Amino acid sequence: MVVHSGTFALSADLTVDMGRKVAVIGPSGAGKTTLIEAIAGFLPLSQGRILWQGRDISRDAPGARPVAMLFQDGNLFPHLSVAQNVGLGLRPDLKLDAAQQVVVGQAIDRVGLAGMGARKPAELSGGQQSRAALARVLVQNRPLLLLDEPFAALGPALKTEMLDLVAGLVAETGATLLMVSHDPNDARRIADQVILVTDGQAHPPQATGELLDNPPPALRAYLG
Amino acid sequence: MAKRAKPINPVSPWPGIGAALFVVALILGALAAVFLRAEPGRGFGPADWSAVRFTIVQACLSAGLSVALAIPVARALARRRFLGRRALITLLGAPFILPVIVAVLGLLTVFGRSGWLSLLLGQFGLPPVQIYGLHGVVLAHVFFNLPLATRLILQGWQEIPAEQFRLAAQLGAGPRAMWQLLERPMLARIAPGALAVVFAICLTSFAVALTLGGGPGATTIELAIYQAFRFDFDLGRAALLSLVQIVLTGGAALIALKVSQGEGFGGGLDRPIQRWDAAGLGLRAQDSAVIALATVFLILPLLAIVLSGVPGVLALPGVVFQAALLSVLVALTSTALLLALAVPMAATAALGRSAGVEIAGLLGLAASPLVIGTGLFVIIYPLADPFAWALPVTALVNAVMALPFALRILLPRARQVVGRYSRLGLSLNMQGRAFLWRVLIPRMRPQIGFAAGLAAALSMGDLGVIALFADPDLATLPLQIYRLMGAYQMQAASGAALLLLGLSMGLFWVLDRGGRWHAEA
Repeated sequence: MVVHSGTFALSADLTVDMGRKVAVIGPSGAGKTTLIEAIAGFLPLSQGRILWQGRDISRDAPGARPVAMLFQDGNLFPHLSVAQNVGLGLRPDLKLDAAQQVVVGQAIDRVGLAGMGARKPAELSGGQQSRAALARVLVQNRPLLLLDEPFAALGPALKTEMLDLVAGLVAETGATLLMVSHDPNDARRIADQVILVTDGQAHPPQATGELLDNPPPALRAYLG
Repeated sequence: MAKRAKPINPVSPWPGIGAALFVVALILGALAAVFLRAEPGRGFGPADWSAVRFTIVQACLSAGLSVALAIPVARALARRRFLGRRALITLLGAPFILPVIVAVLGLLTVFGRSGWLSLLLGQFGLPPVQIYGLHGVVLAHVFFNLPLATRLILQGWQEIPAEQFRLAAQLGAGPRAMWQLLERPMLARIAPGALAVVFAICLTSFAVALTLGGGPGATTIELAIYQAFRFDFDLGRAALLSLVQIVLTGGAALIALKVSQGEGFGGGLDRPIQRWDAAGLGLRAQDSAVIALATVFLILPLLAIVLSGVPGVLALPGVVFQAALLSVLVALTSTALLLALAVPMAATAALGRSAGVEIAGLLGLAASPLVIGTGLFVIIYPLADPFAWALPVTALVNAVMALPFALRILLPRARQVVGRYSRLGLSLNMQGRAFLWRVLIPRMRPQIGFAAGLAAALSMGDLGVIALFADPDLATLPLQIYRLMGAYQMQAASGAALLLLGLSMGLFWVLDRGGRWHAEA
């Protein structure tokens, strides 16, 4: 597939196995976010197609794809409570029945925010906001989770904590994870495989350890 | 080439496009009705020419005086910090929502034949001042537009980067060098826009001319349209005058849009600029005097309304309360109509189809209320009794007139919300209503409240279309005040004016506050 974003073009020809945890790394401006946004349905493809279990999803609306996504920022609506923000993952119009409300409550408990469902995002710390967004991902229960560096603004310890939480969640749901990252340590921590994106080209996934231990020239230049 | 099946929008653009088409159809329909009804064959009488001349002369004088006086006031406000500075800058925004008839009564109390100034002059054996006529009209226009011009120009001062003042100070620039280096170029850029905006506003002046002008020497085109209607019921002549008015206001609005930059009611105006060149005693005294004079000029008429209104308010005739109730109903209807038009239009424009929608919104500036009123009258007249339609038409025209301002308030925020949250919404499958009611409207609540407050206050104080359509048994509060003035019941008029002032400001305050109540940043 080929995606154009303004004058920038990204091409990718790759397959990711179900249930894998894949880090997308590469220099800034290489097209990591473009790749993720094309998969999520925010950027139209100019060539090619995206297949999910053999089905072409290239023309599906973002919300109709098998995808849950967290963005770099703005993952919560500030005027809605934590429970409402999580509930959106089940019903976009928030008309939740009793059973769904129970699911929401369980997800909030699972990410460690028990008792905070009524709070607004502004009353939470940065780490707690990330947890709330992850609770929504949990109730969305989509088979593909895309993370576009949602924890970039957190400190190193907190970021590690969130990555571990993500790893735990995808282990429970069996979802496939695609995670943009600047930091090779993130990749080592939770990713089985790495997609290297350089100069508008996304390379097929390779095993994390192998790739990072024997980086090709482009990756070596980036890692320094 | 694979193409998207459909554009990815979190909300449908169609309601906004529908609202824009409705506005365009309403205004162009009214203009077309005027155009078809006009009888150019009969020609333009000397009275008509004199109305055109007076309209232009008073608008030029009002614009020139407002801007010339606004420059020192804005400069003083820009380079001084003092207690009450914020309050004064807020006060500069007040005339925008101050009912014209209230201000006129206040000005009469201060500058009228038996007003405070005349009393003072009488102490020195001087004759009382005469407020009716050209200078009264200009005085009222300066009262309304000096604050607006000051805000526009102050915005220009604030937009000079602080680093430039710092650099100039470091180079040892004194006030004169600062003027040449930074301030004069800024004014050359900003002042023409302010002039054009005030000129365009004064061209469509009706209520001021109705109350302080009149007679052969002091009739604006708007007033002439009204007179052709009410006194002669000469629809052909009213339509012909409307045609002239369309050309004038349309042209002035185009020029104003071209040369004006800011809108004058944005935020951030209360941040004083750090200056190093104006610490001299002379300049400080000059700035203090300018600020004091401007404050007195703005506050005295308001104070006069309160002082002279209090005795009247206790003994208001029942018709005044009926009129007040009608006015509140009209204002609330007008506000609801405005929001039903402006919110979808802002949403559509925020999706990226802004040009067409914005032009539709601005169309209201090109046509004056009385012209649209005339057009609607011409359309309704063969079908129904126009006088029975007085209140709905007033509410509708008021809404269309408030639309350009509402869009300027709503659009930037709508763009921000759509830009920030549309992807999150789409990824959660929140499209259409869910996004509109759960995200867009809650996120825009402070701006919606502000726009609603402006619309309600403008409609509450409007004395325009209603004067055209109302029969003798029916009046909104501003019209009732005008009738009381005409009957020389000045005490009742002052009391009713105080009531109107309270209701207008109260509606604005409640709606604006309601929008910001518990609104998260």
